[in-house]
Amino acid sequence: MDKMGKIDLSAKELQEEVEALSGQRVFACYHCGKCTAGCPFASEMDLTPRQVLEYIMEGRVEVLNSRTIWLCAACFTCTVRCPNGIDIARVMEALRQILLRRGEDSLDLASLGEEELPQIALVAGARKLIG
Amino acid sequence: MRIAYYPGCSLKALAANFDRSARAAMGALGVELVELERWNCCGTVSSLTTDDLMRQLAPVRNLIRAQEAGERRLVTACAMCYNTLKRAALRVEAHPEELAKINAFLDEEPDYRGGVRVLHLLELLRDEVGFEAVAKRVVRPLEGLRVAPYYGCLLLRPRGVGLDDPENPSILEELVRALGAEPVDSPLKGQCCGSYHTVAHKEVVARRAHKILSEAASRGAEALISSCPLCSFNLDNRQRLIRELDGSFAPLPVLYFTELMALAFGLEEALSPEGHYVDPRPFLEERQLLRR
Repeated sequence: MDKMGKIDLSAKELQEEVEALSGQRVFACYHCGKCTAGCPFASEMDLTPRQVLEYIMEGRVEVLNSRTIWLCAACFTCTVRCPNGIDIARVMEALRQILLRRGEDSLDLASLGEEELPQIALVAGARKLIG
Repeated sequence: MRIAYYPGCSLKALAANFDRSARAAMGALGVELVELERWNCCGTVSSLTTDDLMRQLAPVRNLIRAQEAGERRLVTACAMCYNTLKRAALRVEAHPEELAKINAFLDEEPDYRGGVRVLHLLELLRDEVGFEAVAKRVVRPLEGLRVAPYYGCLLLRPRGVGLDDPENPSILEELVRALGAEPVDSPLKGQCCGSYHTVAHKEVVARRAHKILSEAASRGAEALISSCPLCSFNLDNRQRLIRELDGSFAPLPVLYFTELMALAFGLEEALSPEGHYVDPRPFLEERQLLRR
């Protein structure tokens, strides 16, 4: 993960934009790590879900370069388990949207092969990974 | 009973076997699935930002179609459509000001007035048909067949949208028992299969599917059932890649729950090899549950 963010955003702007887009109070997190413990993708991530919240709280804009925010597939396991009622799937979506709304797509449809995929896979992928 | 039915795009294409078996199995129980006219995409995934009313237009337009047909209920088989349509329906009920905006924007459509309830076929089976009636319709009990229910994410979560306890669901187990088979429990039955990552990161999905399938197999499962075309694709078709990653992996058939119903109801024609990577028929023939 690069130290510098691709996006020119101050710590405060990051925090405000995440809270506005997600509707969640990120600062309610007390770092129990339950989100990470239950995340089926945690072993593939560079930052754990708990660390993503920590980075936002610390205003570390490089969180936007994390592989984690794209690996999250909004399965809502963390959402149903967070003891502080933070819908973490919405926080991840807010981070993706900050990038997507500035033209930083994460999927190149032209690069896909010929494999026949379920229609909902293509539409879901396009909706989550392309701005 | 006749009920408005929303098939969704996958059931019209790659998962046509889900649609076919759903209609056949429900028909055998006296439930006619009446396809909604002029339905459109459900929206596929719920947008999770606060300023996303534009993303609610697709699901709300489907609710308008149901309203036009005089229906108060709309049933789906696909877990993804179910989740997205239900979230939109609940959201506009709870936020009339958002609905007013959506209606104003959709000025070529009649206003949506609210009140259409989105149901999944499993809820219809549990709450209206009843699992006892399902058991009575069985002509070929699936005795001794060990089936692992797989819920995935969108039948269960988030809380308030899911159709069962998000941490300890039992609706598919009840169905499996009603069909005379034996449910095999797995702690991974509600864990994500990898979802849309199958488009660009199939190896991530293969690793997820490997875990989910191996856990079920280690507990004695001979087959797995699902209610989502995307979960089924990831758990079934990605077995080709799993074999490349783990040569000792033994194939495990993946069926839609409606295919298992069709089998127990003696509707063999509803169980075709199309739509399956691992053909379930040889193993079912071996178990004498399907005629050769």
